[in-house]
Amino acid sequence: MHENMALCCSHACPQYLLHMANENVDFRLPEIKALLSLRNRSFDTPQTFEENSPFWQLNGLTEDDIRSVMSRTVCAKSAFELWGHGSTADELKNSLLEYPSEYMAPYLQKNSTYKINVYTFNKTLDFTHRIEKIEALAFLPFEGKVNLKDPEHIFCLLEDYSSDPNDIPEEPFHIYFGKWIADGQRELIRSYSVKKRHFIGNTSMDACLSFIMANHAKVKANDLVYDPFVGTGSLLMASSHFGAYVCGTDIDYNTIHGIGKASRKNQKWRGPDENIRANLRQYGSEHLYMDVMVSDASKPVWRRKALFDAIITDPPYGIRESTRRTGSHKDIIKPPDDFSGESHIPVSMAYHLSDMFADLLNFAAHHLVLGGRLVYWLPIYRPEYSEEMVPLHPCLTLISNCEQTLSSHTSRRLVTMEKSKEPEDSDRLTHLADPRFTPYQGHNSFREKYFSGLTKKNGKNTTVTTGNED
Amino acid sequence: MKLLTHNMLTSHVKGVIKGYPLIIKATEVKVNELDFNAQFVSRMIPKLEWSALIQAAEWLGHSQNLPDAVVENYENNEEFLRKVHRVLLEIEVIEGSLQCPESGREFPISKGVPNMLLNEGE
Repeated sequence: MHENMALCCSHACPQYLLHMANENVDFRLPEIKALLSLRNRSFDTPQTFEENSPFWQLNGLTEDDIRSVMSRTVCAKSAFELWGHGSTADELKNSLLEYPSEYMAPYLQKNSTYKINVYTFNKTLDFTHRIEKIEALAFLPFEGKVNLKDPEHIFCLLEDYSSDPNDIPEEPFHIYFGKWIADGQRELIRSYSVKKRHFIGNTSMDACLSFIMANHAKVKANDLVYDPFVGTGSLLMASSHFGAYVCGTDIDYNTIHGIGKASRKNQKWRGPDENIRANLRQYGSEHLYMDVMVSDASKPVWRRKALFDAIITDPPYGIRESTRRTGSHKDIIKPPDDFSGESHIPVSMAYHLSDMFADLLNFAAHHLVLGGRLVYWLPIYRPEYSEEMVPLHPCLTLISNCEQTLSSHTSRRLVTMEKSKEPEDSDRLTHLADPRFTPYQGHNSFREKYFSGLTKKNGKNTTVTTGNED
Repeated sequence: MKLLTHNMLTSHVKGVIKGYPLIIKATEVKVNELDFNAQFVSRMIPKLEWSALIQAAEWLGHSQNLPDAVVENYENNEEFLRKVHRVLLEIEVIEGSLQCPESGREFPISKGVPNMLLNEGE
């Protein structure tokens, strides 16, 4: 009874299947949820939903919703209108036979062309087996002509052989069949690769994660997006790809002006036009360049007003780019003797990580529009991490918190927050009442812990991996 | 530096109470033609300090005859939006400086990029 009801329901509005890429697994669900919320849709799946599965069934959506998600996602490979599924070939057949023929008919007509793909997850099938699988679908009333090169309709049989490569079952544990609707934007990962970019730095964010961040931030056309630790502007590039106007600041004069030592192998100095604007020009979005400035993220250079639709940033945490801000400690009046900075760079002092994150959240609370999002990376010393360490703010609601492992003992977490109210004077008191609103002191020693962990490991795994491409 | 950016910047020199708007002292100004985007300009107008924008445009000799106040129903006034688009996004200060109106501290603009850093103690 219950199952029939569910089927009726799913047939009334079609079910869709997303084929998810098997990487950045932790980041996928918040991405799809953010993209659905751009269309005021919620993420609705059957109870059997498993986040780690490569196949996600979605309910309550229209084809336009799906196309909109696929026009942005870098986490989903393809989307299908789901015609049937089951845990055995028989179950799939029964499920397909129950799918209303009037929904299938427009795509199976005599004068149409089609092809059927077979996709297997965690197993490789040889040609003969694939043909067998396709022939087993002959009970469906395909009347069109097969055209492998340029078909009007593409169907796909997707088989899930679970995710353990050491224990691949003989038979799939779940099979899906559907009509292909659209592919995601995985192609952007290649076209925006750091290798192809004109201007890069030591810590340029890899393209996939940059797009994930812009998606988590719900960046859209005509938004104004700000990166307070802009570096070489990877996050601005991803944001401008979605039509947002972008601006950024960085304390490093040489990075902003694109001068000094090159980050590329076989190149000693940066070329004359290596800067963020040139990078946007390279991808045809220079018209979305607002400005970049040399500025200290800890200083209030922006007037008080809700100006930005999103703030996305990768704050420096002292591994490959130092954390610093202008100013000096009270007990040090003169710059240290060994300071040999250029005349236009004021003395920098260490910028405590906890202060930096408190400043960042506070800045976002004041300068984001209501509903605007802050997306940033938080470095974590894994043995000591607990969820309570993620800084909070009374005006910002935590939306998601995803881990990217960097080494056995360190990781960074992509934190997404949404501004839910305007700041008031009484918010200051909240900081005193709840320890989660006080800055996470433990982050201050992140750098020491990071390097102590490395030296203890006897040279094994001593490469500093951060998931960034260089 | 575009005038949209200028409109949002303020002096952060220690002790300064009225640090807005920053005075523009330009030695090189460029007009960089862009495709008109009515939607973005309409979104930005409520966020602007209008008088500061008019002032900035006049400093640069590009006032475009913009009125002293935002016109009503500006979303449907293409002529007005085009002028604002021009002033906000197409006029760029390449060389010069921004000066704090109270302390007189200057922030240099070089190759179109403002340097807002202060020295320790400032």
